[in-house]
Amino acid sequence: MDLSLLIAVLIVGALGLVFGLILAIASKLFAVKKDPMVEEIINALPGANCGACGYSGCEAYAEAVAAGECDINLCTVGGEACSKELEAITGRTAGEGKRMVARVLCGGTLNNRKKDYDYSGIETCIDANLLYGGDNACTYGCLGMGDCMKACPFGAITMIDGVAFIMEDKCKSCEICVGVCPKNIIEMVPEDAAVTIVCSNHDKGGVAMKGCKVACIGCGKCVKECPVDAITVENFLAKIDYDKCINCGKCIKVCPTGAILRYNKKKKKIVKKSKPAEEA
Amino acid sequence: MKQIIFVIMGTILVENFVLQKFLGVCPFLGVSKKMDSAVGMSGAVVFVMTLASAVTWAVNEYLLIPNELEFLRTISFILVVAALVQFVEIILKRFIKPLYKSLGIYLPLITTNCAVLGVALLNIQRTYGFGMSVLYGFSAGLSFTVALILFSGIRERLETADVPEAFKGLPIALISAAFLSLAFMGFQGLFAF
Repeated sequence: MDLSLLIAVLIVGALGLVFGLILAIASKLFAVKKDPMVEEIINALPGANCGACGYSGCEAYAEAVAAGECDINLCTVGGEACSKELEAITGRTAGEGKRMVARVLCGGTLNNRKKDYDYSGIETCIDANLLYGGDNACTYGCLGMGDCMKACPFGAITMIDGVAFIMEDKCKSCEICVGVCPKNIIEMVPEDAAVTIVCSNHDKGGVAMKGCKVACIGCGKCVKECPVDAITVENFLAKIDYDKCINCGKCIKVCPTGAILRYNKKKKKIVKKSKPAEEA
Repeated sequence: MKQIIFVIMGTILVENFVLQKFLGVCPFLGVSKKMDSAVGMSGAVVFVMTLASAVTWAVNEYLLIPNELEFLRTISFILVVAALVQFVEIILKRFIKPLYKSLGIYLPLITTNCAVLGVALLNIQRTYGFGMSVLYGFSAGLSFTVALILFSGIRERLETADVPEAFKGLPIALISAAFLSLAFMGFQGLFAF
C-alpha cells in the first residue's frame, strides 16, 4: 500500500520533471532575443498605436527603430519632443520633419450648400454616403455627420455649421480621419500652409455652383493671379502646390466664389516660408 | 486506407468534437470572430491534439498500466497537455509572432481545452492502438478546425447582418452555433466506424 503510493508520486513527479526539462531546453533553444532598447523606445513613444508612422503600432515602430530600419522622426503624434527622446536613446539624429496637419477641404456649411433630400437614416457619414452619396447636392462635400470627429483619438475635430473643422493645434497628424472620411476630403497639409482651396468638387462650374455657393468652379483666375505658379486647375478644381506657395493670399482676393481661405491667421508672420524671390 | 478515411470523415461529420460532443466550446466562441485567428488557432489545436494523443497513449501504456496507476490518468494527461501547449507557445512566439499575438490568451487556454483532454481519454476508453490514437487525435483536431472555420465564416457575416438590437454580439453567436450544431446532427448515421 505504502509502496504504490510512493510509486504514484514518483511517476507523476518524474513526468513533471521530464516535461519541465524539455520545456527549459526548448525555451533556451528558441529564446526570442529582445532588444532592451525596444522597451525604452516603447516607453518614449506616445502609445497611441495610430499607425501614422507606417507601422502597425508603437511596438512595431519601436522594433524598426531599434533595428535601424527607419528614421526616428516618423512618429507624428509625439512630434519633435518624441524624436528628441529617440535621439537620446538611439544616438542617431532625427531629420527635420515638417509637421503636417489634417485639413477638411470643404466649405459647404449649412447655409452655403443645398440639400437633395432629407436624410433620416443612421447618423454616420458612411451610411449617408451609401444613399446616393448623401443628402448634399454637392456629391463631393462634407456630409457633416462627424465620422471623423468620432474617429479622432485626440478630440481635434468639431462640427461647425455642418462641416468638420480640425483644430490644428490639437491635430497630431495621425491621418485616421483621412481614412475614415467616405468623401476623401481630408488632406494632410504642411502646418505652415496658410492658404488653402477649401473645396473638393470636380464638377463643371455650373453644376458645382448649383450644389454649393462656395464651390471651386475651375475658372482659373487664381492660376493667373498666383505670382509663383503654385496653383493648377485639374478637372475643374484648383489645387495648390504647398511647396511653391508663399502664402501671399492674392488668390483669395480674386476667387469669385470665395473657395480659397486663409488658415492660421495668427501664425502667418511667424511661419512664413522661405522668402519669395520677389513678388512680381 | 478505407478505415483511415472513415475515421477522419466520421470524426469530422458524425462525431464532431465541438458540434456533437460539445467539447472545446470556449475557444470555439472565443476565437471565431476573425477568420485568420481561427485558422491559426485550429492549426495549434490540431498540432496539440495529435501530439497529445501520441504522448498520452505512451504514458498510459508504458507508465500507468504496468504500475496499476490508471487512477492517475486524468492528472498525468493534463500534465502532458499543459507541457505541449507551453511547447507550442514557445515555438509560435519564436517563429510566427503575429499569430502568437492574435491568439492571445486562447493559446494558453488550450491547456484547459476539454477537447484535448477528451480525445486523450477517449483513445483509452475505446482501447485504440498507437496508430489509431494518433489518427483519432489528428481527426479530432480537424473536426475542431472545420467547426471553428465554418463558424468564423458565419460570424464574419453576422457582423454586417441586420440583427435585432437585443441579439447583437454574443447572443446571436450562440444561436447560430446552436443552428450549426443542429445542422451537423443531419450527419448522424451517415456511416458507422
